[in-house]
Amino acid sequence: MTATVTQVEKLSAPMRLVWAWRDMKTVTWRNLLGSVRTPEAIFFSSLQPIMFVLLFRYVFGGAIPVPGGNYVNYLMPGIFVQTVCFGSVATAIGLAEDLQKGLIERFRALPMARSAVLGGRTTADSIRNVVVLVILTIVGVLVGFRPEAGVANFLLGCLVMLIFAYALSWGFSVIGLIAPNSETAQLMTFPLLFPLTFASGAFSPVEAMPGWLRGFATWQPVGTAVAAARSLMVGGVYSQPDKVYWALGWSALMLAVFSFMAVRLYRKVD
Amino acid sequence: MTSELAIDARDLVKVFNRGSSVRALDGFSLQVPRGIVMGLLGPNGSGKTTAVRILSTILSPTSGSASILGLDVAKQADAVRRTIGLAGQYATVDENLTGRENIRMVGQLTHMSKAGAASKADELLERFSLTDAGNRPVKTYSGGMRRRLDLAASLVAAPPLLFLDEPTTGLDPQSRNDLWEIIEQLVTEGTTVLLTTQYLEEADRLADDIVVIDHGREIAHGTPAVLKAQLGTTVVEVSFADHAAADRGLELIRSLTEKEPIREGSMVELTVENGPRVAADVLRALDAAQLEPLGLAIREPSLDDVFLSLTGRRTAEEVAADESTSKKRRRGDKESQ
Repeated sequence: MTATVTQVEKLSAPMRLVWAWRDMKTVTWRNLLGSVRTPEAIFFSSLQPIMFVLLFRYVFGGAIPVPGGNYVNYLMPGIFVQTVCFGSVATAIGLAEDLQKGLIERFRALPMARSAVLGGRTTADSIRNVVVLVILTIVGVLVGFRPEAGVANFLLGCLVMLIFAYALSWGFSVIGLIAPNSETAQLMTFPLLFPLTFASGAFSPVEAMPGWLRGFATWQPVGTAVAAARSLMVGGVYSQPDKVYWALGWSALMLAVFSFMAVRLYRKVD
Repeated sequence: MTSELAIDARDLVKVFNRGSSVRALDGFSLQVPRGIVMGLLGPNGSGKTTAVRILSTILSPTSGSASILGLDVAKQADAVRRTIGLAGQYATVDENLTGRENIRMVGQLTHMSKAGAASKADELLERFSLTDAGNRPVKTYSGGMRRRLDLAASLVAAPPLLFLDEPTTGLDPQSRNDLWEIIEQLVTEGTTVLLTTQYLEEADRLADDIVVIDHGREIAHGTPAVLKAQLGTTVVEVSFADHAAADRGLELIRSLTEKEPIREGSMVELTVENGPRVAADVLRALDAAQLEPLGLAIREPSLDDVFLSLTGRRTAEEVAADESTSKKRRRGDKESQ
C-alpha cells in the first residue's frame, strides 16, 4: 500500500466506452453468478409459468373457445410473454436489494461507469429470461404446443419477446430505485403486471371481452406483444404482422422513457 | 496535483429532505494531513457517515467544498474514486459471490486486468487470513470475516487514502482486535486513514488526531491525549437512595475537587484523573456526613462521558433511538437528496 497517487488523467471518449462495456459485463457476470448460486430462485420462477401452462391447458382450456380451435397453440405464446414480463420483476427486486444492502454504495465509490449497474442488471435479467424460455418451450412441446410457423419464426418471436421484456426491465428498474426495500419493490410491480398480462388476450380471445376492455387489451403493450408472439410463432389464423411492429414500437418507447428516468434516478439516489 | 492535505473539507452542509428537512452536516470542516489516522468520533446520527459519503463522492453536499489529495470531489469525482478505498459498518460485499470473486469484481471495476485482479485477490485473501474461505460464498462467513473481506476489497487498488466507516461496530472483541491490528499495519505502510467510530477506545488506539462531531458540527478537536486530559481518565459514579440524598451528595463531592460533578437522577458522576483516590475521599466525606451511598463504581470514560463533558448532555437516548431507526434512515438518505 504505497502512498503514491494513482493515475488520474482523464480517459478519452472511446476508452470510456470500452470501460463502460467491460464494467457492464462485470456487473452482468456478478448478477448471473448470483442467480446460479440461488438455483431455487430459477426453479421457482420457472415453476409458476409451468403451473399456468398446466392450469390453462388442462383445467380452463377446454372451456375457452379460440379461433383455429387449438387452445394449446393459442395459449403458449401468451404464457411466454407473461413469463418474460414476470421475469423482468427480478430487475426491481435485484436493484432494491443492492441498494438496501449498500452494495450500490460500494459501486458508487468505484471509478466504474455510472451506467454499468443498471445495464448489468437488465442484461442479466434478460439472460435469465432466455433460460426460462428454453425450459418453458420444452414444457410447451410436451403438452402439445406446435409452433406451426417454423423454427426461424419461433426464434424471431422469442427475440421480440426478449426485447419487450428488456424494455420492461428498465421500467421495473425505476421501481427498484424508488422502493424502500426489495419486498415492497416486488409488491409494487403486481398491480401493474396483473391487468397488463391478464387483460391482454394471452389466455382468452380479446373478442370475447366487453367492448371497453377489448380496446385496452388489444392495444396496450403486453396485448400487442402477445399478438406479435402468436403471429410469429403460430401464424395462420393468428397472423397479425402489424402487431409485431406495435410490440417493437412499445418496446422502443418504454426503453427510451424508462431508461431516461432510471438513469436520472440512479444519479440522484444516494 | 500534489497537496499536503489528504482531505480538505470546508463548510460542508448537507440537508436531507425527508418529510421535514434534516441538516445532517451543518458547516463541517476537516483538514487531514497525509499519513495520519484521523478519528471522527460521534454518536449515531451525528453526521459522521454523511461526511464520509460526501468525501467518497457517493453523495454531493448541499453546499461547501471538499478535495481529496488536491482533487475536487465534485469536479474530479472519477479521479477521486481512483485514489480512495471505502470500507464500512455495513460490509458491502456480495453474499452470493465467494470472497475471491468479490475482490476480483472490485479489481475489475477498478479497471485492473483480469489477471491482475486475480493475483491481487490471492494476495489480499492471504494477507487477511481468508485464503481457506476464499472459495466459499460470503453468506457462509462470520461477521468478522465479512469485515475483513470488505476491508480487503477496499484495498484492491492500493489507495493512498482509506475511509473506514465504523469498521468494528457490532464485532466481538477478538474480531475487533484482529481488525485493529490490520489497520495499524496499513498505517505503518503509509496509508492515510479517516476512521469514524462510536468508540472512544477505538479512536484512542488507532487515531493520531480526533475530531468529535455532533449535530453535523465539530465540537472538539485534539489528539487522544489532549481530549482525555480535558476529560479526565476515570469516572467515579456514586448512587444514592433518592434525589434529596443525591443533592446532598452532590454538594459534598463538589467541595472535594475542582472538577464539576454532575447529578443524574439519584446518581452523581465525577470525571477525574485519579479515580481511586477521589473515590476514597468521597467515601470518607460521605461517611463523615453520615450519608450512605447505595453504590459506588469507578470506570473508564466512554464516548458518552466525552459528550457529557463537551456538551453537558447525554447521548444515550439518542443512540438508542437512532440504532432502531438507523437502517431506515439509511434508506431515507438514499431516497431524498
